Amino acid sequence: MGEKTIYLDHAATTWTKPEVLEAMIPYFTESFGNASSIYRLGRDNRKAVDAARADIARSLGADPGEIFFTASGSEADNWAIKGAAQARASKGRHLITSAIEHPAVLNVCEYLAKSGFEVTYLPVDADGLVSPDVLKAAMRPDTTLVSIMMANNEIGTIQPISELAAIAKAGGALFHTDAVQAAGNIRVDVRELGVDLLTISGHKFYGPKGIGALYVKKGVKLETLIHGGHQERGKRAGTENVPGIIGMAKALTLATENLESHGEKLLALRQKALAGITSRISHVKLNGHPTTRLPGNLNMSFQYIEGESLLLMLDMKNIAASSGSACTSGSLDPSHVLLAIGLPHEIAHGSLRMSFGDANTEADVDVLLDCLVEIVGKLRHMSPLYESSMN
Amino acid sequence: MYSEKVMDHFTNPRNVGDIEAADGVGQVGNAKCGDIMKIYLKIENGIILDAKFKTFGCGAAVATSSMATELIIGKTIEEAQKITNKAVMEALDGLPTAKVHCSVLAEEAIAAALLDYRKKNGLATEEEEGCNGCCGSCGSHDLHMHHGLDEENEE
Repeated sequence: MGEKTIYLDHAATTWTKPEVLEAMIPYFTESFGNASSIYRLGRDNRKAVDAARADIARSLGADPGEIFFTASGSEADNWAIKGAAQARASKGRHLITSAIEHPAVLNVCEYLAKSGFEVTYLPVDADGLVSPDVLKAAMRPDTTLVSIMMANNEIGTIQPISELAAIAKAGGALFHTDAVQAAGNIRVDVRELGVDLLTISGHKFYGPKGIGALYVKKGVKLETLIHGGHQERGKRAGTENVPGIIGMAKALTLATENLESHGEKLLALRQKALAGITSRISHVKLNGHPTTRLPGNLNMSFQYIEGESLLLMLDMKNIAASSGSACTSGSLDPSHVLLAIGLPHEIAHGSLRMSFGDANTEADVDVLLDCLVEIVGKLRHMSPLYESSMN
Repeated sequence: MYSEKVMDHFTNPRNVGDIEAADGVGQVGNAKCGDIMKIYLKIENGIILDAKFKTFGCGAAVATSSMATELIIGKTIEEAQKITNKAVMEALDGLPTAKVHCSVLAEEAIAAALLDYRKKNGLATEEEEGCNGCCGSCGSHDLHMHHGLDEENEE
């Protein structure tokens, strides 16, 4: 790699921190034993997995017995929603979620809707917030599960989870939250939140890919998703991914220790970028809540231009970001999140998500701003929409 | 995912801009779908002397607009009318499947600009008079439909 890449896509994934990788390496080589084996190579790894489970539980304010490892955040979401819906099907078949969930939740709900469940998708306001009153009104006697993400992956808006969870509880439903974007970036405490089920994913907080976890509150019954051996106390089969588990625990412990300083740093970068964009480029709009949002998330729409073109030109300047335009979503429609907050299609097509992280500096933001001014100007010069807006 | 040619035409688009008092102007697509192409033509004695474009859209939309203008400059109207989306794609060394509709849009934009020229010069047929060359107005130019690529819902 020649020039340094300015990586502004930490919401997509992060690298594995050197100290995390270092903690993992022995478990690929000399400590390779199957954690279920009876001899020392196995027993030692069982101990290591249990210690990692305790570390993760401590970071989330849970008991170790409430943490179950999965192969991804998507698997944890699948298990939470399918598992709870099926285990409670005799009580009712109504599920509630929001219109802005990650596909790992939305597509699971869609799947269940095809097999006899009814799903209500709660709308969000222009900032991307789910209203507690709207949830209250949607609750029914046959509602068995409410799943609402803690922080949105595209616009960063943070939901009032404790309030929403209390409403679900009062109505006799379980509450699941996908905290994949939140964990490692803001405080996540399962008791404070009052949730029954919570999803995290290792690679979003400088841990490895291919490892996630589901918090299952003591006493909550889930139907099994992955059948097979007796791993994870008979609830989730599959030989333990020991290096992954060790890595995720190390990464979450580090993130939790540095939560405050990390958050302050990202917030400063985001605000600098936001101030620079709004002062130097006309016809822009901030998407998502102005303050109740992930510290490192900045999502802006640039009117009259299209997101994929913007990403390609940023890439040529070695800046990596993402967009909610149709061309990047792989369909003809722009992001469902941006449409749900009420953006017209053409504004949604021109969105850019910048998610800041550990390696970013103020100098990166300066480069970003100069590049954006140049690229947006170039694309607008080419745009028939900009031309007609000027007439 | 894009060929080198596409990236070349995207980063250094040829013929960006407009033509004052153009002999034909055609605009196709809509902002809802994320692609709008506008092509301007200067025509003399049945020959396209100059073509310019403005495009709102993805990398492929910009590159196909650029290539389409390159292909028609210097051609007769008859020759330009025969340029298909396939020709635009081939000239760009291909497009990803999801981007084929951009080349269709380029073909439609040329057709729309040429139709505008015929209308301005009293050369359009009666049927053509009621049409602006844009899909959605009558459907007869709706190449998206022919390619089965139009997911756009009619409202």
